[in-house]
Amino acid sequence: MSTVARADQATPAGSARALSERRPLGDRGFQVLALACGLLVLVILVLIAVSTTQQASSWFTTEGLKIFARTWDPATGQFGALSFIYGTAVTAIIALVMAVPVSIGIALLLTEVVPYRWSRPIVYVIDLLAVVPSVVWGLWGILVFAPWLQHIYTDIASGVNGIPILDNLFGQPVSGASFFTAGVILAFMITPIVTSLSREVIATVPAIDKEGAYALGATRWEMIRGAVWPHSQGGVVGAVLLGLGRAMGETIAAALVIGSSPTITSHLFAPGYDMPAVIANQFGESYGVFKAGLIGIGVLLFAFTIIINVIARGVVERSARRKRGA
Amino acid sequence: MQRARIRGGAAAGVALVAVALSLAACSSSGSSGAKSSSSPSSGSTAKLSGTLNGSGSTFQTTYQEAAISAFRSVQPNMTVNYGSGGSGKGRSDLAAGVTNFGGSDTAPIPSAEVPNFKGKTVLYFPVFLGPITVSYNLSGVTGLKLDATVLAEIFSGKITSWNNSAIKALNPGVSLPSTPVTIAVRSDSSGTTQNFSLYLEKAGGSAWTLGSNSTIKWPSTARAGSGNAGVASIVKSTPGAIGYVDYADAKASGLTFASIKNSSGTYVVPSPSSASEAGNGITIASNLTFHAVDSPNAQAYPITYQSWDLVFEVQPNANDAAMLKAYIGYLIGDGQQLLGNLGYAPLSSGLQHMAQAQLSKITS
Repeated sequence: MSTVARADQATPAGSARALSERRPLGDRGFQVLALACGLLVLVILVLIAVSTTQQASSWFTTEGLKIFARTWDPATGQFGALSFIYGTAVTAIIALVMAVPVSIGIALLLTEVVPYRWSRPIVYVIDLLAVVPSVVWGLWGILVFAPWLQHIYTDIASGVNGIPILDNLFGQPVSGASFFTAGVILAFMITPIVTSLSREVIATVPAIDKEGAYALGATRWEMIRGAVWPHSQGGVVGAVLLGLGRAMGETIAAALVIGSSPTITSHLFAPGYDMPAVIANQFGESYGVFKAGLIGIGVLLFAFTIIINVIARGVVERSARRKRGA
Repeated sequence: MQRARIRGGAAAGVALVAVALSLAACSSSGSSGAKSSSSPSSGSTAKLSGTLNGSGSTFQTTYQEAAISAFRSVQPNMTVNYGSGGSGKGRSDLAAGVTNFGGSDTAPIPSAEVPNFKGKTVLYFPVFLGPITVSYNLSGVTGLKLDATVLAEIFSGKITSWNNSAIKALNPGVSLPSTPVTIAVRSDSSGTTQNFSLYLEKAGGSAWTLGSNSTIKWPSTARAGSGNAGVASIVKSTPGAIGYVDYADAKASGLTFASIKNSSGTYVVPSPSSASEAGNGITIASNLTFHAVDSPNAQAYPITYQSWDLVFEVQPNANDAAMLKAYIGYLIGDGQQLLGNLGYAPLSSGLQHMAQAQLSKITS
């Protein structure tokens, strides 16, 4: 007993050991519960990865490296997923090219240009875009947006007819459903995320840096380039990568407007296919290697999204560490 | 000091146990369909009680829903549930023991799936037939006649405009415009695509090279719609479009259908009666599997397909067996009267008799 009392006196007042010896039951119970929840998330993630890979194993073993072949034709037993990987990449790139400049522009507008009183309603409206369900985007896309875009596609296609590179990119429209339409709808969907994350990062730039730049005679653009951007570039890149992750995984909206044609073509106005869309469309009647192939495409998508998110976290961490050091 | 370390370790240990327990609770297998306490019946009018669960073919969904609500007046204490999900899901749910019966547009069970059934005998009950229309949108043209070779060339993308000589040859006296042909197909995999492509494969011969499956690699100029309703809306809104649509959805959308040449050389219009005729004269295996497409019957509509309900021959208890006999018996018996209004075709009388005779094979 006496050794315990001496040990108590020896430990400093705020040490964790002293705290855990005297912590009430509710605190300890909460610690256990929170730990359990955290572990549960990790365990579920691992279980998803393991069980889907297991179910897709017959596709991996039957096809080997041919899982990256160009042709996906269940009727003849060919299950090459390259056209879907291509479609996911193309629509994600189109979505990023359209959404990122707009989102960063809105973020800069809200933090640098617009008076604070007006920024709150604008933020509210942008967040409303994020609330629109994916299937509503898809339905609006296929019923309203795609038919309207179809006329624009045919006009552009006849306009660039003959111009060397452009007619390979913008020729041969079939209907409004195409890589490009899917890319634009995805751009609408990721704009709110990238905008709100960028805005929060840009808002953390200390006012002293900005005032200093103005004091040295910088214009507003020079101030943004010199004081805001170096401070927030890591966070903005991280926001963009998170938006990319969402664009890659968006299922229903893409499935409805992408055109459902597993082809690899440079024509952006032609119908295509992407990974989440083919799983949603073809899973119901699939069996055997076909079904394993669709689950395998899901595994590939999972892996790509995890890699993108890990890179995003790494970029954000690295720039935060650099800033803290500076 | 050590007490704190033990406490920290104990906290992590309790957390892990909590996680493991919650996962074990989640992973316990779901209960099988029927739970009841009433005694098994031997007569068809005895009152049964319990629950039957089925899933599978979306082609059957409309009929199943109508039959389930009408069956409540025959057996008020029985509850039947049908969740669609596609033929693949229907077969896998039956194999896993999650459902009592599975709807499938394909029979027999594909060889890749046979091991899932662990050697238990499966009985196939044909439930109904349904015509697939070839619907088109050409203003001023009605009564278009098409045959399998021309259809195969249209849907492979070889025929690109309506005033093609092959179409003109089948339709003398009809003035066909030079509108380009737009083919409308399914974006999702389905039994409709499977049987339409099977017809083109059987009857179209060398003109059809794309095989037959629930998903086909259509030419890149094809426009894809989701579900029969999606294809119907593409046909309805695009001049020059031609697509394959279930009869029920084509009628609901008010589309114009083509008459198709059957194997006897007659041009037949799709309808419930011409589809039922497709059940006559075809080869039916002893386990009641068959193909209704391209039937040799002279009055048959050639693009007709079918769906089966699959059940295990040996049921886990007598009440399950009795309930299945009652419900499946209703589907192939009195329930057939519901089909005309829904846009499907009843079984031909030969098929119906064979199916009713097979009911007695369900034992427990």
